[in-house]
Amino acid sequence: MRTEPLLVVDDVVVQFGGVTAVNHASFVAESGRVTGLIGPNGAGKTTCFNVISGLQKPTRGKVRFNGRNVSHTPVHRRAKRGMGRTFQRLEAFGSLTVRDNVRVAHDIQAGLLGLARPARGDVDGLLERVGITAYADERADSIPTGVARLLELARCLAGDPQLLLLDEPSSGQDETETEAFGELLRDLASEGRGILMVEHDMALVMSVCDEIHVLDFGEVIATGAPDEVRTDPRVQQAYLGYADDGGAHAAEPDDTRTDLQPVEATATIPAVGR
Amino acid sequence: MSSFIAYTLFGLFSGAAYAIAASGLVLTYSTTRVFNIAHGALGMLLSFVFWDFSVKQGMPTPLALALVLLVVAPAIGWFIARFIARGLGDAQASVSLVVTVALLVLCIGAAQQIYPAEARTILPFFAGTTFSLGEATITAHQVITILASVLVAVGLFVLLTRTRVGTAMRASVDNPELLRLFGGKPDQVAALAWMVGVSLAGLGGILLVSTVGLDYYALTLLVINAYAAAMLGRLKSLPWTFVGAMGLGLLSSYVAGYVQVDGFLSQVKNVVPALFLFVVVVALPQAQLRIGQVKGIVSAPLPSLPRTMGWSAGLLLFVALLAGALSEANLLLVGTAATFAIVMLSLVLLTGYGGHVSLAQLTFAGVGALTYAKLDQPNLGGLLLSALVAAGVGALVALPVLRLTGLYLALATLAFASIMDKMVFQADFAFGFNGLLPASRLSLLGHTVDSTGGYVFLMAVFLVLTAWAVLLLRRGVVGRLLIATRDSTAACGTLGLDVRWFRVVLFALSAAIAGMAGALFAGLRQNIGAGDFIYFQSLLLLLFAAVFGVTSVTGAVLGGVAMMALPQLQSSYPSVGGLLFVVVAVGAILLAREPNGLAVFMFRAGRWAERRIAPTIRANLPTLPGGSDPDDLFPDTGEAADPVDEPEVDQPEGVPAHAH
Repeated sequence: MRTEPLLVVDDVVVQFGGVTAVNHASFVAESGRVTGLIGPNGAGKTTCFNVISGLQKPTRGKVRFNGRNVSHTPVHRRAKRGMGRTFQRLEAFGSLTVRDNVRVAHDIQAGLLGLARPARGDVDGLLERVGITAYADERADSIPTGVARLLELARCLAGDPQLLLLDEPSSGQDETETEAFGELLRDLASEGRGILMVEHDMALVMSVCDEIHVLDFGEVIATGAPDEVRTDPRVQQAYLGYADDGGAHAAEPDDTRTDLQPVEATATIPAVGR
Repeated sequence: MSSFIAYTLFGLFSGAAYAIAASGLVLTYSTTRVFNIAHGALGMLLSFVFWDFSVKQGMPTPLALALVLLVVAPAIGWFIARFIARGLGDAQASVSLVVTVALLVLCIGAAQQIYPAEARTILPFFAGTTFSLGEATITAHQVITILASVLVAVGLFVLLTRTRVGTAMRASVDNPELLRLFGGKPDQVAALAWMVGVSLAGLGGILLVSTVGLDYYALTLLVINAYAAAMLGRLKSLPWTFVGAMGLGLLSSYVAGYVQVDGFLSQVKNVVPALFLFVVVVALPQAQLRIGQVKGIVSAPLPSLPRTMGWSAGLLLFVALLAGALSEANLLLVGTAATFAIVMLSLVLLTGYGGHVSLAQLTFAGVGALTYAKLDQPNLGGLLLSALVAAGVGALVALPVLRLTGLYLALATLAFASIMDKMVFQADFAFGFNGLLPASRLSLLGHTVDSTGGYVFLMAVFLVLTAWAVLLLRRGVVGRLLIATRDSTAACGTLGLDVRWFRVVLFALSAAIAGMAGALFAGLRQNIGAGDFIYFQSLLLLLFAAVFGVTSVTGAVLGGVAMMALPQLQSSYPSVGGLLFVVVAVGAILLAREPNGLAVFMFRAGRWAERRIAPTIRANLPTLPGGSDPDDLFPDTGEAADPVDEPEVDQPEGVPAHAH
């Protein structure tokens, strides 16, 4: 019998008033793999993340995590069961230092008993791992966005989660930083963690993801390995407003969505190791 | 049967008046995201103005009504939108709560100043005119009220759905930035919402005043009725607000008519709105943790250990000197100041560190005092038990609103305070109506502290110990968690913290501190009554906390002294009693956005003095051979490079300046 994937999103619908943000979305994320969740702005990616982490109640549908239905589990208990997430709009604790941000995560992990004896997790080790040691003593509202995103990642890792939900983790980083970040992601996945990542940097997504789900208007329009997704006509339609057939552009410029870098079919994209 | 119809008619009449007031509340809140706690107080103030125009100056009623509702009320609304509430919707919930509480106190102060206490009556419209409806009669005033509510409903419907500005109002609810982007003017929309809102508060107040009476405090609590009705529509839906208001009116009327009980429950009819509110709040679905909120980014100042010790010793020494020198009456005042200071410390924990607002802190003190007096165990055990009972009551208040957000918690505490005022504290099993309960002085390990001087010193010791406890919490794991939950509740949730229970525990802890203060106060006064803990005092307490700084122990001590001094000043200068409320309220409005309050200016003054003296000391120090002037090394960093400068967190704190 095949074991169930770490995370299963099953037929989730989210409606805000009359607007359907997520429309019967179903997808999975597996342990030890990096899964990408991509799509144009407003496709429902962050809403999906909110549903998975419990911040948003779905209108219908189920979320299964680690073989259990967590659809009705409160946010904090999902976290205790091994879900960690970062935020697109930063949610770092602005009045605390970077180091204290991670300490808080350790304190929460330690729970009530931990109040008596302060948690002695390897805070500096985590900062080192994500590469922001230099900022340890600065207030979290004074650091650059890219660093704050890494801080949110370090804060998650304090809980040693099985599943990492990363919402646009690389925005605010330059090219070199993104490259290092990609390695970090592969490294985290190799420890057996599942990573589900919303990301707009296509180069990063294509190089680091094992599997990609593409959302458009709240629906999953394609799923597959980077190479398959990249050439999928529906994906190209969603991103570029036309189906790319070998570089012949025939679309009206008005239809082009400019909120994303177009997928460059001609670019050499590194093969992803299995 | 005829009585049923009569009760129904009366219920519909009060429901109609509530509906008018509540729809104003909803309109303002949904458009500007500011919940106006002063809604009832504005209605009260406008009722006084209406009395002025119609009775005192003898204007014809329609003219007086038109002037109040179409000129005075919109002018006040515009002023509030322009100068008081601007940008408040984007601020932290605690800031907008403090500002609107200040507005409430300002209205009461203004009313007392302009219209000093005397007997005033406003007759119902067309007094004496009645219509018979079968066996029951209905007054012309009641008919007018019900018609007015229908007109308001239709008017609001037309405004919101058929006019451009109404569309802009609805858009403003969803996204003010987007509205601006599309050429809308959120400021003007907000101003209109406030103008209409205040006008509706006035209309509601004026329609009710002939039944409620022209009183500073009774009409102010109309906000609870309006809020209870509006909660049914989740502060958003106007139709549901009307349903809620009518339901509440009918319920109140039937309870008053049919529930004939003596004793404790006889007061039930007065607390129906507050009880209704609790039921609605409990029935509401769970609120979701919001992300992307504005964050509190002001660090609560923390004193260093030597400073804490130094200032503590200074305070104790000062109180010891006072204890030997002052008269009995003045010592009681010092003890009262210490009581308020300890209650303020409970707010430092809850509001300053935790970001939650309680409008019932003195009610918790009252619970502590009541328990202490009833237990008649004047020792540390009795004191601890009083604090525990207050903590339990605090948790009970926070539990129903566990699933909701900060605004609802604050409003639930206001409803709770009004229930306790009317139903519990004045009941025979508690303090009794206008009654006093005897309480004994505390005894420590068998030694009773009998002298007032000794007792006041003991209270100062408790104040210092509480301050240490609060600072210790702030320095430790709990303090870090408090600030983290304030900065981002959602992130704490996704890291595995059960933020709801954390909030309840925090609330209970804060209530325990207040309860302990109340118990100590009971021992100080030796006679304690319901009048010491009325809800209005809790509002004043919050304002003083905001003025002097709710994030620091210094602010709490200063606030305690001011809270004690205010009624003294008012009885010394009765002619400006109301004006003093206005001054406090204006101070709170001006300082609400500076969470560290006036205390922060004292810290700055201290740092400034240090900087003035420090260079002199440095100049007299022998220069190291070969060492260059540090100012040349860091030409641009200026003070930051000054090695003598104290770090930001190392601020003097613990005792007010007057302790010198």
